[in-house]
Amino acid sequence: MDNETLKARILEIVPEAQLEENKQYLTLLVPAAKLHDLAIKMKDTPELAFDYLICLSGVDYGKQLAVVYHMNSILHKHMVVLKVKTDDRSDPAFDTVSDIWRTAEFHERETYDMFGIRFNNHPDLRRIFLEEDWKGYPLRKDYVDEVNIVEF
Amino acid sequence: MKEIVNLPVSKIEEEEYHINMGPQHPSTHGVLRLLVSLQGEMVKSLKPHCGYIHRGIEKMCEKDTYPQVIHLTDRMDYLSAHINNHAVCLLVEKALEIEVPERVKYIRTIMDELTRIQSHQLWWSSFGMDLGGLTCFFYGLRDREMILDIWEETTGSRFLQSYNCPGGVMQDIHPNFQKKVHAFIKTFKKKIKDYDRLLSGNVIFENRSQGVGLLSKEDAISYGVTGPSGRGSGWSCDIRKVEPYSMYSQVHFNEVLRYECDTYARYMVRMQEMHESMNIIEQLIDNIPEGDHSAKMKAVIKLPAGEYFQRVESARGELGVYVVSDGNKTPYRMKFRTPSFTNLGVLDHISRGMKIADLVAIGASLDLVIPDIDR
Repeated sequence: MDNETLKARILEIVPEAQLEENKQYLTLLVPAAKLHDLAIKMKDTPELAFDYLICLSGVDYGKQLAVVYHMNSILHKHMVVLKVKTDDRSDPAFDTVSDIWRTAEFHERETYDMFGIRFNNHPDLRRIFLEEDWKGYPLRKDYVDEVNIVEF
Repeated sequence: MKEIVNLPVSKIEEEEYHINMGPQHPSTHGVLRLLVSLQGEMVKSLKPHCGYIHRGIEKMCEKDTYPQVIHLTDRMDYLSAHINNHAVCLLVEKALEIEVPERVKYIRTIMDELTRIQSHQLWWSSFGMDLGGLTCFFYGLRDREMILDIWEETTGSRFLQSYNCPGGVMQDIHPNFQKKVHAFIKTFKKKIKDYDRLLSGNVIFENRSQGVGLLSKEDAISYGVTGPSGRGSGWSCDIRKVEPYSMYSQVHFNEVLRYECDTYARYMVRMQEMHESMNIIEQLIDNIPEGDHSAKMKAVIKLPAGEYFQRVESARGELGVYVVSDGNKTPYRMKFRTPSFTNLGVLDHISRGMKIADLVAIGASLDLVIPDIDR
């Protein structure tokens, strides 16, 4: 499926989705509340069949925190990038997709560890790399690096 | 004094108990701790605890320029250092729309395949050792030495080469390069028969690996288990075929697939891949075109604002590099989707119900590199 048809199909499911400019892949900004439903439909609809979640990354855009999903269909070989954003920096939360793609379980734990983004209904949301008592979320742009590991 | 109570054997087996495997366990190949729940000798569940070698590479990348970032990527999966460099270089070149000289593509592809061979050699060595065959370790390291010597001559480094740079490679290949690669392939084609004789057809080895750690194709996709581990479950996930880069679209090679889904299948995929890698190198090594070893690049590399993603096939699976650029000389956000990290996620699923000794074999067949998990 080419990008135009793909875009039309996803907009059918979520009309509020906004197109973001990207030369490489079709990128869509999706309202956070619709993400889980959309993800299920994207995996289960035979023409879309996004069965492989390549990458799940957190991004701090300054005012907003975002989670970016790179997903791929093995059968149709098409690719799409979904994004969800939130303005809430004190307690950001999205729905988990780990029930749809099991690989998300680890990626979401990493995003929680580094950005403090919670994932609702995640089976085991704990820090993955840092200790349980670590203060703050290091990959956020406003993180103060007290031990001065990175600044020089 | 407390009386020692001897529990009957059946009672002990009903009880569930937890043991820590690692962080200093030889079969985890690094500092990974597995909290294993056991019932008798059976693994009930398992929780990996990572982070013992977490260095914050993604955070460091945000302070470094793109050529500097390349040196950090070496330190993730140190056994596919060259392929990690390659991924970042491809991403930068794609963002800047730079076409690299043909010669660079040839050199990079040959180096990638040498990396894959030496990584699989070390994996084979440690796999044998994990299952109690120490000879493997000597055989594997002996043959790997030849590749390290080739690298030392051309790149100046034996292990973490940082040989790629945006636009090309650091310096041209050494005049002896082709001769030595030929010599290596000639030798290794003989030696790899010993590998098969020692392990592949060995009854003890077959009993330890066949039917152990079953991973169905659907689960492999859902858990994102790529690379030889995914191909052992029949999932055609080779990025060299799916999204070819450098010379991979122009060379002939087979994507090795096995359908048994067990530890033995994952083992055989890697063994076969070494043959395929030698096949690729043989097609390229005599035809390296003349020309520059690097495209002309600006002194300061700034990526146009935007988001980029690059996939390559490292020795362990799919390596994804995701960059958000705001137009500066340093990335705004850099994320590495490393194959070992996602492959570790499946360890709990496939080792349930197995014996604890099988866990060692399963772990070895996933070929985890711990700094690649922790970053």
